[in-house]
Amino acid sequence: MRYRTPKITSVIEWGTLLLSTCLVCFFLLVVLWEIISKGASKLSWEFVFTVPTDGMTKGGIFTPVVGTVLLTMITALFSIPFGVSCAIYLNEYAENNWLTRTIRASIRNLSGVPSIIYGLFGLALFVQALQFGTSLMAAGLTLGLLSLPYIITTTEEALVRIPNSMREAALAVGATKFETIKDVVVPSAMPGILTGVVLTLSRAAGETAPILFTGAAFYINRSTGYLNDEFMALPYHLYMLSTQHQSIEEVRPIAYGTALVLVIVVFLMNLTAFYFRYKYRKNEN
Amino acid sequence: MRTKLSTESLNLSFGTKQVLKNITVSFNEHEIAALIGPSGCGKSTLLRTFNRMHDLFPDAHIDGRLKLEELDLYDKTIPVTEIRKRIGMVFQKANPFPKSIYENIAYGLRINNLPHNKDVVEKALREAFLWEEVKDDLKMPATRLSGGQQQRLCIARAVALRPEVILMDEPCSALDPVSTLKIEELITHLKEKYTIVIVTHNMQQAQRIADKTVFMYLGEIKEEGATQDIFNFPKNEVTANYIKGQFG
Repeated sequence: MRYRTPKITSVIEWGTLLLSTCLVCFFLLVVLWEIISKGASKLSWEFVFTVPTDGMTKGGIFTPVVGTVLLTMITALFSIPFGVSCAIYLNEYAENNWLTRTIRASIRNLSGVPSIIYGLFGLALFVQALQFGTSLMAAGLTLGLLSLPYIITTTEEALVRIPNSMREAALAVGATKFETIKDVVVPSAMPGILTGVVLTLSRAAGETAPILFTGAAFYINRSTGYLNDEFMALPYHLYMLSTQHQSIEEVRPIAYGTALVLVIVVFLMNLTAFYFRYKYRKNEN
Repeated sequence: MRTKLSTESLNLSFGTKQVLKNITVSFNEHEIAALIGPSGCGKSTLLRTFNRMHDLFPDAHIDGRLKLEELDLYDKTIPVTEIRKRIGMVFQKANPFPKSIYENIAYGLRINNLPHNKDVVEKALREAFLWEEVKDDLKMPATRLSGGQQQRLCIARAVALRPEVILMDEPCSALDPVSTLKIEELITHLKEKYTIVIVTHNMQQAQRIADKTVFMYLGEIKEEGATQDIFNFPKNEVTANYIKGQFG
């Protein structure tokens, strides 16, 4: 019998893993380099705070920035309270029977539904049935629906991680069940909940499909920000500048600038999530 | 000696599995009683019936009588929070709240609408022999204390509510010998004011601190009596084998 020398085996094992890592990093860096190198020249406070002019061939991206900020706020206002409350109910109050198991499985499945389906659903429900029209409100609620399953799932995961001994500690000093949840369980789970919320919202902020039919506008040349009015949003603005504009070559730098701003916004939001997780680990030890 | 805590024909089952069988036992005021027995014999389950910790599990079924003096512990007209205020509990693994040391004591006082100022907190910490070690760091997160200190903080948290009974579920099983001795000393000291029921796996510990020892086996009480009698002259063969360490 001949054996391969252990050294070669271990080099192959270790090498495959390293190669995969390098490959992933390579593509990531290429994408980042592409966006940064071509968008950096446009990036300035002026670019962010000037409205687009001359059919979007000049000016900045202030209108879509405002739209995305407001949109994300509506999404947050709708999805955080309902999502977190739902997760608390499912994890702390609901009995573990077939009904709650079905509900939980359905919620998990919903987070896998393609976002365009949410877009069409939002069009049918908010725009047409509830007569909100294509508007900031309709798009925000649609994105809220999209975010709910993620927020519920991540919140529940954060709650499950709180050991039962923590709940017993509060009950044993005479806290009611609600006080136990309010004062001990949720505060302990807060970093996990916040991480989930921020990551979900940063994902929602970058979505295009759900706002396509529910309120995002091609170009708005007047004051915006009304709940019942259409709006411009960064991801849609980018999509449109790269593929739909009549003078694509001319607006290319603006498109890269928009992409860079969008990446920076998402990066900053993720950074917040990392900070929460860091704080969480520090408190744990 | 007055009887403080008692059960009469207590049966408890989780679903179809009967865990406690016909338990009749009583604990005297200002005494330390130790519950001993092999793992799974039901001693922790018995302990947790007294502050109604089984309320959390819908499939736990309890019948029989449990009394704190003359008060029926399972009387539906009495809020369970009132029972838990009068019967405190210290758990196997120290479980301080992820809050500051001060807040750990103040929290229980606040939710029970008791005064919660620095003096009350200091008094509780002194009673748990912890004050000198933490008096300068009351704002520090309690999770940064050592295991033994955390357990004493949990005792202080229970003591702060001025309960009548303190239940302890193997409070030293996760601690080193020095911290264990410190807690035993504390428990012995606390019996002047409180009635203490402690579950322990440690035979020496039972002999060092308990006035009364109850030996449980397969959900039943096999033997009970003064600690000296149980350990020196066990009447039951199972008891004798267990305390000699022939099974556990």
